[in-house]
Amino acid sequence: MAETREMPVIWIQAATCSGCSVSVLNSAAPKITDLLLSEVIPGRHINLRFQATVMAGSGEPAVEVLDAAAKGDPGTYVLIVEGSIPTKDGGVYGTLGEVPMVDRVIPLAENAAVIIGLGTCASFGGIFAADPNPGGCVSVGDLLREKGIDTPLINVPGCPPHPDWFVGTVATILVGGVSAVKVDELGRPIRFFGQLIHENCPRRAYFDEGKFAKHLSDEGCLYELGCKGTITHADCPLRRWNNGTNWVIGSGAPCNGCVEPEFPDLISPFYERLPEEALLVPRKES
Amino acid sequence: MRTIVIDPVTRIEGHLKIEATVDDGVVVEARSTGTLFRGIELILQGRDPRDAPRITQRICGVCPTAHATASTFALDEAFGIADRIPANGRILRNLILGCNFIQSHVLHFYHLAALDYVDVTAVAGYEGTDPGLLAAKAFLGRGELGPFVPRYEGDYRFPTDVAQRLASHYVQAFDVRRKAHELLAVFGGKMPHNVGIVPGGVTQVPEVDTIAGFLWRLNEIRHFIDHVYVPDVLEVARAYGDYAEVGGGCGSFISYGGFPLENGRFLGSGTIAMDLAPEEIGVGKITESVQHAWLASERDPLHPSEGVTVPDPSKEGAYSWIKAPRYDGDVYEGGPLARMLLGYARGIEPIVALVDRVLGALDAGPAALNSALGRHAARAVECKVVADAMADWVLDLVPGGEVYAPYEIPDEGEGAGLTAAPRGALGHWVRLKDGAIDHYQCVVPTTWNASPKDEQGKPGPIEQAIAGTPIADEENPFEIVRIVRSFDPCLACAVHLITPRGRTLGRYVVS
Repeated sequence: MAETREMPVIWIQAATCSGCSVSVLNSAAPKITDLLLSEVIPGRHINLRFQATVMAGSGEPAVEVLDAAAKGDPGTYVLIVEGSIPTKDGGVYGTLGEVPMVDRVIPLAENAAVIIGLGTCASFGGIFAADPNPGGCVSVGDLLREKGIDTPLINVPGCPPHPDWFVGTVATILVGGVSAVKVDELGRPIRFFGQLIHENCPRRAYFDEGKFAKHLSDEGCLYELGCKGTITHADCPLRRWNNGTNWVIGSGAPCNGCVEPEFPDLISPFYERLPEEALLVPRKES
Repeated sequence: MRTIVIDPVTRIEGHLKIEATVDDGVVVEARSTGTLFRGIELILQGRDPRDAPRITQRICGVCPTAHATASTFALDEAFGIADRIPANGRILRNLILGCNFIQSHVLHFYHLAALDYVDVTAVAGYEGTDPGLLAAKAFLGRGELGPFVPRYEGDYRFPTDVAQRLASHYVQAFDVRRKAHELLAVFGGKMPHNVGIVPGGVTQVPEVDTIAGFLWRLNEIRHFIDHVYVPDVLEVARAYGDYAEVGGGCGSFISYGGFPLENGRFLGSGTIAMDLAPEEIGVGKITESVQHAWLASERDPLHPSEGVTVPDPSKEGAYSWIKAPRYDGDVYEGGPLARMLLGYARGIEPIVALVDRVLGALDAGPAALNSALGRHAARAVECKVVADAMADWVLDLVPGGEVYAPYEIPDEGEGAGLTAAPRGALGHWVRLKDGAIDHYQCVVPTTWNASPKDEQGKPGPIEQAIAGTPIADEENPFEIVRIVRSFDPCLACAVHLITPRGRTLGRYVVS
């Protein structure tokens, strides 16, 4: 049997609701147990050294894993950051192992081979950085730029991200390295975030015909009810959610644009129609 | 005398630190600290009220549905449409929330709590054909043991064959909780953070195919609850019977009730102590103290409606971001145990029969329920009771029938949304001005359970549950993490911010 190559992963939860972790637990193929225990692709195994939601250890044994990674050989692990990072007043609004989260993330980021910003909070700030941003929360990218850290960063946004987006990105890194992940100008893998919801929406024909739903639960395009699918880049209509069971527009609800940097402040109110000008400025891919 | 510090307490939702002062092998004092502050309620101010169910779900990715539920209840009332929700809408909301209960309870027992009792390294000697266990065995054989090691070592009591069987259920339960989310998505669109529950009802009309699909997905999960989850809890209860004697908390319990039916609520509301004499609840008796929180206040304690919250991270004598909610000036615990005790005391079947089955396995009387094991058992009983009821509710849906009542947003309005959440009593309060959110507030389950000391110096429920516990091995303080996890703490929910302007809560009485 060929030798298995281990890829150590440190997964830090900063200012998060843990929804990204829970969404990854929903991965259907591979299942989460396959990810934890088996080789994601033959010969390659993710070794999840720190993940607070599932790991056995607590307290000191857990924190020692973080310290060992930050002080060990550089470029030997993947850092996953879930959540935005509180920075106000020296980061006192969020601590982990009795140290501000920001002071955990910085050395781990400097020493990592690659960083994945998992979810919209880590990618762009998200909900907890929304106005008035009480904890001074920043995205991973903003923190890296401020500290001059040049470790490669891939953003996998979504509130939460689809488990396939995460697993697919990790698998691509395992197979071809970081450079194999083609990203847009926002650092998002084009494979998953390359097209607008609107381009693949099964209710698109209603939009083209001008048949708009007047109330939630009506048939018709949800544009007048606030759907942000026209400006949101994700493959939800094709991939669908929860093992293909359903998805947002499939259940009659408008898309909230949760993968975009404008979420939530500039993309809300969620149930108000977008101004038409917003349709005219699609974001370019790099 | 020495202090054991556990930071982070892992396998919970959110960020928690526990400090326990141990003297002569017994915990004499414990402190529970919420270590993350985010301020969702402040973020809500001035926004379109319809956005509140979507934004408050982001308080917690494990139990977002409970927040969507509480928020829509509050908005239904503020919009004046609480009595206009179509029956289909009410039922679908219950089904969506019920899926979240199932997912949360299964996840908690197997993936958050079980590693404290089951030595998964027992699969190293596995010789059978279960693919999950064979994968785990190969994993251990490669010598890279994260995330299962490092851990506390010592008190794992099951013989190898039982540990292997429980480890296979740990693997299987990952599928079951995933399928509970798939079940939720049938009518809720996606999970975490469903999009189906909205003011006025829900967004998706049920049809015969989705109703039947829902029922059979549910039945598969019910089979697991009946034949794996409940028996496994009893198995742990038999092996760790001493945990029916430790971890008892304040001994007073609170529930807002949940799952509205045509008349009343499926899970009852009230308060109860270990004398098993239920009392009706008056929400006006709730206060919150910030005496030991990193929050400034000129007066303390305050009715939550009057809460003044100014972060003060260097405050003398403070040790948590969590406020201390109290009921009628006293400490109360929420959660499945509170709700099952109320059902048991009121003679509601099948709760009585199931609780008696647990007590039979423990060979103990009802007093044993106020314990670490009692909380796990109550959670399993509740999971079964809710899942079984859902199989009836889904058949009450009218295929193609209306699910949503259109409305206009009033300029002014206020509402309270109170519900049972998987971890306890959840309340959202909203006030509107000029059609926008003027004030929004959540008082959530873990704020009750993980609260610090109050203005009278009374410790919170988790702190009380740890105090007095003998610690066998201070290097491996299993007792503390087992007790803490029995509460299923959700720190992301607990740490929040209340805005300065308030309203009177006294009018709201949960029925």
